[in-house]
Amino acid sequence: MPTLELVLLVWLGSFFAGLLGSLTGLGGGVVIVPLLVLAFGVDIRYAAGASLISVIATSSGAAAAYTKEGYSNIRIGMFLEVATTAGAILGAFLAVRMATNVLGVIFGVVLIVSALLSIREKSEQPGAGRPDSLASRLRMDSVYPTAQGPRSYHVRHVPAGFTMMFGAGAISGLLGIGSGAFKVLALDQVMRVPFKVSTTTSNFMIGVTAAASAGIYLRRGFITPGLAMPVVLGVLLGSVLGTFILVRARTRWLRLIFGLVILALGIEMIYGGFTGKL
Amino acid sequence: MKSPAQSWSPKPARSWSPKNVWTDQRVETIIGNLLRTGVLLSGAIVLFGGILYLIQYGHVSAHYSGFNANRAELHAVGPVVRQAFHLDSRAIIQLGLLLLIATPVVRVAFSIAAFALERDWLYVWVALIVFAILMFSLFGPAL
Repeated sequence: MPTLELVLLVWLGSFFAGLLGSLTGLGGGVVIVPLLVLAFGVDIRYAAGASLISVIATSSGAAAAYTKEGYSNIRIGMFLEVATTAGAILGAFLAVRMATNVLGVIFGVVLIVSALLSIREKSEQPGAGRPDSLASRLRMDSVYPTAQGPRSYHVRHVPAGFTMMFGAGAISGLLGIGSGAFKVLALDQVMRVPFKVSTTTSNFMIGVTAAASAGIYLRRGFITPGLAMPVVLGVLLGSVLGTFILVRARTRWLRLIFGLVILALGIEMIYGGFTGKL
Repeated sequence: MKSPAQSWSPKPARSWSPKNVWTDQRVETIIGNLLRTGVLLSGAIVLFGGILYLIQYGHVSAHYSGFNANRAELHAVGPVVRQAFHLDSRAIIQLGLLLLIATPVVRVAFSIAAFALERDWLYVWVALIVFAILMFSLFGPAL
């Protein structure tokens, strides 16, 4: 296949991955890597390298839009980034050494878990009551805007959240995804951060986490211009378009379909890994 | 100690005393706009390099299953910049990708400055640790 045709096909696939990722809030990374591996036969580590760059691009590009809403908590984000960046370096260190079919099976399992997480009910139960002593010493408690005016919240279980974030960072570095689903889980379920604050803070953390593993991938030669170029440009355009046509209230069925697609990709990745096709 | 209500402001502060100019929200908005500019700039560089790349290699037969031809000199910051100035299309793309990787690093660097202006030394240290980890990844021993 001529380079031109291949680049255009990868660009088109990345565009739809970015569009769907932005519409559903799940991110493009979870689709772009299986797409490259299964449809184009790309080595999973090169696919992860290209995906990492697109994850950084969407995270940094969306930062301005998110901060305008006034939800993100920069102190929680910065503190937990110590864990996610350290985890990301460990993940990237392992990824460049691991057999590709083992990586494929891990990726499949993570996809299936992400799909299940995406259909869970979002319960708004911010931490109330007495402040947690560690969280208040770390100045994590804050206020977020609601329809009824500013509402305060208390952060809980900082050590458990920190540990989970190390794991989320390791998954991000290992597979080249943003692992936003896991970050949000640690923030809103474990640390009791309000859901809106969790998602915006998670977006802020995703870019920094991905940059930590991208450095390792780059220096090991797994970020290659011919592949990363169409992936980054496609995902970026797709996610920008996604934010323009986003109507949050009507995305429930879309999330469900996307969840099923991710589930199918996960099974395909595990199958491919076990049969040695990756 | 600061109460949470003070560190959060729904609208940009009206008066420009140093105390409330550097609230989290304001700093975040400035950083957010800066990052978006950075992403647009690097996207434009990747696009320019990409068009050049397709003109040079578009007709060549390619497959993505192996990348052994990927040249070693494009794996470090210095050589990428040098090659890009020689209008090497692959190096220009790689330069744009490096700029993208740099955007979160810049964000952390700005946070260090913002925390210092707020005299929040605890978080100056936290942000410095994150910055050091990023520097290790980009410039430390190749893992």
